[in-house]
Amino acid sequence: MSAVPLQPPRRLVEFTLDGEPVRVPEGSTLLDACRAAGKDVPTLCQGDTLTPKNACRVCMVEVEGARTLAPACSRRAEAGMEVRTDSERARHSRKLVLELLASSTDLSTTPRAAEWIEEYGAEPGRFGEDAATVAEEPKVDNDLYVRDYDKCILCYKCVDACGEQWQNTFAIAVAGRGFDARISTEHDAPLTDSACVYCGNCIEVCPTGALSFKTEFDMREAGTWDEERQTETTTVCAYCGVGCNLTLHVQDNDIVKVSSPHDNPVTHGNLCIKGRFGYQHVQQH
Amino acid sequence: MKTGTDSTTRTERSARTGAGAPAGKAERRDRSPKRYPRLTQPLVRDGKDAELRPATWEEALTVAADGFRRVRAESGPDAFGMFSCARATNEMNYVAQKFTRVVMGTNNVDSCNRTCHAPSVAGLTAALGSGGGTSSYAEVEETDLIVMWGSNARFAHPIFFHHVLKGIRNGARMYAVDPRRTSTAEWADSWLGPNVGTDIPLAHAVGREIIHAGLANRAFIERATEGYEAYAAEVEPWTPTAAEKVTGVPAEAIRELAHAYATAERAQLCWTLGITEHHNGTDNVRALINLALLTGHVGRHGSGLQPLRGQNNVQGGGDMGAIPNRLPGFQDILTPATREKFEAAWGTAIQPRYGLNLTDMFEAMESGALRAVYCIGENPAQSEADSEQAVERLRALDHLVVQDIFLTKTAELADVVLPATAAWCETDGTTTNSERRVQRVRKAVHPPGEAREDIDIICDLAGRLGHDWKFADAQAVWDELRSVSPDHAGMTYGRLEEHQGIQWPCPSEDRLEPTYLHGRLWADNGPDGPSPRAVFGPVKHDPPVDLTDEQYPLRLTTGRRLDSYNTGVQSGSYASPLRRGEYVELCPEDAERYGVTVGETVRVTSRRGSVTAPVWVDPGLRPGLAFMTMHFPDEVDTNQLTIEANCPIAGTAEFKASAIRVEKLAAPVAPESVRS
Ligand code: SF4
Ligand code: SF4
Ligand code: FES
Repeated sequence: MSAVPLQPPRRLVEFTLDGEPVRVPEGSTLLDACRAAGKDVPTLCQGDTLTPKNACRVCMVEVEGARTLAPACSRRAEAGMEVRTDSERARHSRKLVLELLASSTDLSTTPRAAEWIEEYGAEPGRFGEDAATVAEEPKVDNDLYVRDYDKCILCYKCVDACGEQWQNTFAIAVAGRGFDARISTEHDAPLTDSACVYCGNCIEVCPTGALSFKTEFDMREAGTWDEERQTETTTVCAYCGVGCNLTLHVQDNDIVKVSSPHDNPVTHGNLCIKGRFGYQHVQQH
Repeated sequence: MKTGTDSTTRTERSARTGAGAPAGKAERRDRSPKRYPRLTQPLVRDGKDAELRPATWEEALTVAADGFRRVRAESGPDAFGMFSCARATNEMNYVAQKFTRVVMGTNNVDSCNRTCHAPSVAGLTAALGSGGGTSSYAEVEETDLIVMWGSNARFAHPIFFHHVLKGIRNGARMYAVDPRRTSTAEWADSWLGPNVGTDIPLAHAVGREIIHAGLANRAFIERATEGYEAYAAEVEPWTPTAAEKVTGVPAEAIRELAHAYATAERAQLCWTLGITEHHNGTDNVRALINLALLTGHVGRHGSGLQPLRGQNNVQGGGDMGAIPNRLPGFQDILTPATREKFEAAWGTAIQPRYGLNLTDMFEAMESGALRAVYCIGENPAQSEADSEQAVERLRALDHLVVQDIFLTKTAELADVVLPATAAWCETDGTTTNSERRVQRVRKAVHPPGEAREDIDIICDLAGRLGHDWKFADAQAVWDELRSVSPDHAGMTYGRLEEHQGIQWPCPSEDRLEPTYLHGRLWADNGPDGPSPRAVFGPVKHDPPVDLTDEQYPLRLTTGRRLDSYNTGVQSGSYASPLRRGEYVELCPEDAERYGVTVGETVRVTSRRGSVTAPVWVDPGLRPGLAFMTMHFPDEVDTNQLTIEANCPIAGTAEFKASAIRVEKLAAPVAPESVRS
């Protein structure tokens, strides 16, 4: 007998989504179903390469007959369910979550945050100016990437990517509890004295820009970062025979950031230090 | 389920900061290696004693072509040799080998896989009929047992190791076999640390134990293999106890590995340069393959053999025919029908014999038989074992044309230097990874200055030598390749995009083949069994050529660090916080024996040369074993120490086993090879 069972083929599950019947493969989440049906449900802590943590609650949907709202990112679809993504309750909950997040953290580099705040009529200002839980300088302790925890929503994705879900290096963890909880290296040491191996797989999953390439950080400071002018081209890493797919973000003919497709069979969105940061040799003119 | 948290964190940290090393912390030196600026215009030399000077493309290409024409007229086609590039695209390798065979008329083409994985290709081809790794990364996640033999994938192939970690978290057991207790070994259920160069006795003892415990897969052996009897006789003397004496691995650990491997439902055997970079690298590979044949761990989903390739297109370069014995599609030059097919397609005669491999070519330079070399993207002046000798031989050439993105040490010796593009981000094409997956490479940035694409340059030279080749783009090259290589025939660019790469073989545009090779070994093939059968290799133990003795008591082995790469030309350019320059790494006991401390500069001497380097202490080493890398040759030229003892089958040099001594210096000096 084999210790590792291979996956049996998946059956389809049928349920109702916003009044329409839908069918999804068994094991799919409500979010998978929403996306398949072209519905736009906001998410932050959900990561397509990570196990859901249910930390941010911005994706809540209403399940008919349930007392509480359900996080779409982790709730599995069940046959016969009736799910509403845009009920008054669901929309109100999202508005509240966005207000709390936006009042306590800097969402200026969170893709789509401004759009959602507007869409749900959230008013972060009503908690006052000093709701921010963290107010500290960005940590610039190496030449490759920067940690700006004023932007951190404590979604744990970086911890999971650094930990047992992918990299297994365990350089960062959650320190403290409650309002004091934050992401940190052991003893809050600089990265250069931590176990970090600079794979950047935490940057890849960070939804807010709290973790970013030093190139991006510097260009934002200088006011030159401009995603509209950037191209994204997927190619193959030149450093070893594993053959990781790299997506090169290029602005003005300079590589400014490197990511990897999350559905790539070789990388699942992960890279090592060479693939992630070792591109500079081509730009030494 | 284990977490591995503590031990792994500790090792990775000590690998970097030296925490856990004995007293005396290395002061932080500025370790940024030499930075190479990109080449932006062609260079030529007016006579052997002149300096390289800027030239126009027109002038440089004319000088380059004239030299090739002259040498061919004077000494015949075999006086020419091509070094093709294992980092460039399949398309460029296809065109480079075609230039060699059609324009110059010789089979003297090879790439630097000679210095790493040729033994894997040779061994796999001899045993199984195909030079590719037999399974896929995803299968490592679904296997029951993983053996990492001579492979520190945690550092050298980090994203492959992600698949290994998934496998471990899914319940697979892992065994690490490596003289060093590496960070890969930290994840193993059991670590076997053989003496350097004793992989064959170890593998044979594992095989013998499997046979004697009645765990050999008799049905598989009878139906699908040949040569078992000779193999069984060869391993018979290697009792676990006899092997323990030679390998240093406890007999009990050998037995445990044998039983675990033989009784696993599915098992993956993975190896890297620890197996191949020996004077008998191909034999080492055969010794490992034998174990898979003995147990039937090949040709099924989850059971297979995975050589992990050092460079991004080592696999593809060979597949494209940029090797002296194979035409594109890995088709044997000695097969008349194959030659006829290519002769018809290319309108040329192909020599019915193998060309010279890289090692042969270097020897032919010395004898004067090889007079002109076209070197594309390779840096043999630094990457060859015994680099001093390599430089002398390159200097002896009549005509050396180097095409590269940097003015490397090799380019500095050239008569003509042609500025090229960085294949992986400045050109379109494909590369082939260690799981045989052909993937699209795409142009993301424009090359600097006047730099041009490799294929354009080669075609321009071909034109000057009388062959008017027109390839509209990389896809046109690929389509020509598909028309002559059955293994690639079904891989259109469209399908490669759609599937995020396709593994070969892919003979048809209508379907995808299984992700593992050699399913024929398990299929119902009738009374004659599969064709070809898998062949056992009754190889013999042959200890390292460079023996340790009283004068040279330490065994030096080499390898790769996480953030650096080969001769450092590429990887030296980014500000890695992990980089700490070159050190000679010793175990704590040896450091104490020689009275040296971390950071202290010492003299390291082999029978071939001598360098100075600072000391590092790594508790993962053991007495008698030292470790260095090739990453910082401008600072410490490790290849001055390594031996040019080559594998007679594949021509790979024995980078993994030199004999050295370490001596204290009277007064501290700066490393002598540091450049200002
Ligand atoms: S740093 Fe980014 S990924 Fe990590 S917890 Fe904060 S927001 Fe999430
Ligand atoms: S990202 Fe790292 S593991 Fe992947 S191909 Fe590049 S060097 Fe190899
Ligand atoms: S995205 Fe669902 S809880 Fe955060």
